[in-house]
Amino acid sequence: MTAKALRQPAPLRILSNTFLAFWCLIAAFPIFWITVMSFKSPVDAFDSNPLNVIFGPATRADGSGWSVVDIVLGLAVVYFTARLSARHLPRLVERYSPKGWTVLGWIVAALLVGVGFVVVFFGALPVVTGVLNPLLGPLGRDVIGATTEHYQTVWVDRGFSNNFKNSLIVTAGVVTVSLTVGTLAGYGLARSGSTLAFWILIIALIFRSLPHSVLVAGYLPVFINSAEWLSPILGENAPTLYGKPAAVIAVLVAINQPFTIWMLRSFFSNIPADLDEAARVDGCSHFKAFRLVIMPVMWPGVITTGLFSFLLAYNDFLVTSLLLDASNQTMVPAIAGMFNRETTTTDQVVAVAAAVSITAPLFLLVMVFQRQIVSGLTAGAVKG
Amino acid sequence: MKFKTFAAFVGPSIFLMLLFIAFPLISVFWQSFNVTQPLYEQIEVENCTPGFLTQTCETEIQTRPMLDENGDIITRTDFVGLQSYRNVLEMERFWTAVKDWSWSGIQSIDFWKALRFTLMFTLVTLPLVVGFGLAIALVINNAAKMIRGPVIFLSLLPFIITPVIGALSINWLFRGDGILTALLEWWLARDLALFAQAWTIELMMMFYRVWHVAPFAAIIFYAGLQTVNQDSLESAVIDGANRWQRLRLIIVPHLMPLIIFVAMIHLMDTYRVFEEVVGFRSQGYVISLQWLTYDFLTPNEAGIRSISRASASAMLTMIGIAILLVPLLKRTWRDHKGTH
Repeated sequence: MTAKALRQPAPLRILSNTFLAFWCLIAAFPIFWITVMSFKSPVDAFDSNPLNVIFGPATRADGSGWSVVDIVLGLAVVYFTARLSARHLPRLVERYSPKGWTVLGWIVAALLVGVGFVVVFFGALPVVTGVLNPLLGPLGRDVIGATTEHYQTVWVDRGFSNNFKNSLIVTAGVVTVSLTVGTLAGYGLARSGSTLAFWILIIALIFRSLPHSVLVAGYLPVFINSAEWLSPILGENAPTLYGKPAAVIAVLVAINQPFTIWMLRSFFSNIPADLDEAARVDGCSHFKAFRLVIMPVMWPGVITTGLFSFLLAYNDFLVTSLLLDASNQTMVPAIAGMFNRETTTTDQVVAVAAAVSITAPLFLLVMVFQRQIVSGLTAGAVKG
Repeated sequence: MKFKTFAAFVGPSIFLMLLFIAFPLISVFWQSFNVTQPLYEQIEVENCTPGFLTQTCETEIQTRPMLDENGDIITRTDFVGLQSYRNVLEMERFWTAVKDWSWSGIQSIDFWKALRFTLMFTLVTLPLVVGFGLAIALVINNAAKMIRGPVIFLSLLPFIITPVIGALSINWLFRGDGILTALLEWWLARDLALFAQAWTIELMMMFYRVWHVAPFAAIIFYAGLQTVNQDSLESAVIDGANRWQRLRLIIVPHLMPLIIFVAMIHLMDTYRVFEEVVGFRSQGYVISLQWLTYDFLTPNEAGIRSISRASASAMLTMIGIAILLVPLLKRTWRDHKGTH
C-alpha cells in the first residue's frame, strides 16, 4: 500500500489545519488576554476596542510603558528562562541531586528558577532599561502602555504573599504525605492480587466520586468543636482543628488517596514482579526489596502522580475556603474574596493580576512536565 | 504476599480514607436526621433611661443563648427525623407548583432549581466534550509531527488551569463591555446584557466547561489513535471505504472504550459542578447541587451554619452519584472477572 492512496485531498488538509489553528486560538486566548489586561490601567483593560487593550494608550499617557528595548530584553529573559528549564534543568537536576532524592532536587530547582526569574525580571531589568532607554533615543521611547503596579498592589498591599505562603505549605504537605502513603499502598495493591485488594480498589473508586461538599459537611462541625472532644485525650492544649493548615492537608491527602492509589498501582503493575521476586530470593524482606529494588525505578510514576496531587491541592477552592479562616487563607479562595468585594474597575484589574499570578506557576509546570502530564492522563485511561 | 505485609503497606492509606472519607459520610448521614441548636432562654430586662425628676423604666422580654459556667453557648441536639430533608425539598410548594403547571413555581425552590441546572449542564456538555475532544484529537493526529508538541502544550493550558480562575478568565472576557461581548454586539448589531438572565450565564458556563475538559478528552483520544490498526485501515481503503466510513466503522469502534471512559469521568465531574457558580458569580440566577450544600455550610448573616440542612442536601446529591456509579462499577467488576 502506498502512502498516496491514504494521502488527503488539499481541501481536507486545509480544513483540518484551520480547525487546529482555531482550537489553539480558543485554548490560549482567555489566558493570554487576562495576562495582557493585568498590565494595563483600568481604562485600557476594560476598553471595548481590542487594540486599545493591547497597546494601552491611557496607560502610556500615565507615563508607564515599555519601549522596544524593554520588550526585546524582557522577551530575551523569558526565552532564556524557558530554554534553561526545558533543556538544561533536567540534566542539572540529575547530576546534582543525591541519589533517590530527585524529587527534592526538582523542588529546589523549580524554586531557584522561580526566584531567579522574579529577581532578574522585576529587580535587575528595570535598572538596566532605566540606564539604556534615555541613551537609545527613538528605540527607548514607550510604544506599549504597560504597568506592573497592579502586581505590586496585589502582592504587597493586599498581602497576597501571605496567601502564597499558605498555598505553598498546603500543597507541599499534600504532595509529600499523599505520595508517601500512596506509594506504599499502590505497591501493596499491585503485588497482592487478592480479592481484598480488589475490593479496596472498588471502594476507593466509590470514594473518588463523592462530591467534596459532602465530605466537608461531615468535617465542619467536628473540626469546629474539636477542642471539646479532643480534651479527654490531649488535655488542656487540645487544638481547634478548624483553620489549621495541618487539618486541611490531612483532609486533602485523604480526598486525593483514591486517585493516587489507582494511578500508582497501574504504574507498579508495569514494573515486572520478577525484579522484587529476585530480591526476595536473595533474602530481602518485602520492605527491603521495595527500598532497594523498586524505589530506584519508581520515580517516573511517582513524579507523574505527584503532579496531579499538586494540581488537586493547588486548585482546590471548596475545601480550603470552608476549613481555613481568613488569617491563613490560600490563594484561590483569597482571590474569590477579592473579586466579590470589588467595587471599582481598579479592584477588578487587581483581581485580574492576582488571577495571572496564580496561573503563572501552572504555566511553568506544563512547560517543564508536559510529557509526564500526558503520560499520566493516558496511563489512567488505558488501564481503565 | 502475606496478609500482614499487605496490611503494613496498605494500612496508612486505608486508615486515612476511613478517618477522612468513610467517617464523615456516616457523620453526614447522622447529622441529616439531627439538629444541633443553641439553647435559648427568655429573661426580663429592665431598661431605665434617666429623665426629669424620675427616671422612666420599662421591662421587656429578651431572648438570648444560654451560657454555661465557662461562658460558652449551651447547645442541644434533637432527633428531627426527616425534617431537614423536608426543609430542603419543600415538597408542599413543589406539589402546588406541579398542580398549577407552574414551571417558575418549581424553579423558585432552591433544590429543584439546582437539580434542574445540574442535570441539564451534565447532559448538554457530555456530547460536546466527546465531540470536540474527538475532533481535536483527529486534527492533531493529522498535523505535521513538528507542531504536535506545541499544540499539545497549548491544549493542556485550559485543562490545567485552576477551575475558579478559568471560569473567571472567561467571565472577564464577557463582563460589562468585555472584549467578546463587544464583538458579539458588533456582530449582532444590538446591545447585549449577558449577565442579566439565567440562560446566557448557563451558556457561558457550558462554554467554559467544554473549553476546560475537551483537552483532556482530546489527549486520551489522541493516545488511542496511535494504536489504531493500520492494516484494517488499508484493507478498508481497498474495499473502497471513504474517509467518513473509515472514521465511523474502524476508528470510532477502536476508540469506544476510551469514549466510554471519558464519558463516565465527565458525568461524575460535571455532576459535581461547583466552581462555575463561584467564577461566574451566578448564584442570583443559576445554582448547582454542590453549590447548594456549600451555601448551607457557609455562615449566614447571623454567623450560623445550617449543618443539618447541608447534610440533607448532601445526602440527596449522593443519590445521583449512586445512579452514575452503577454502570462504572459493573464495568470494573466485569474486567476483574475477565482477568481472573
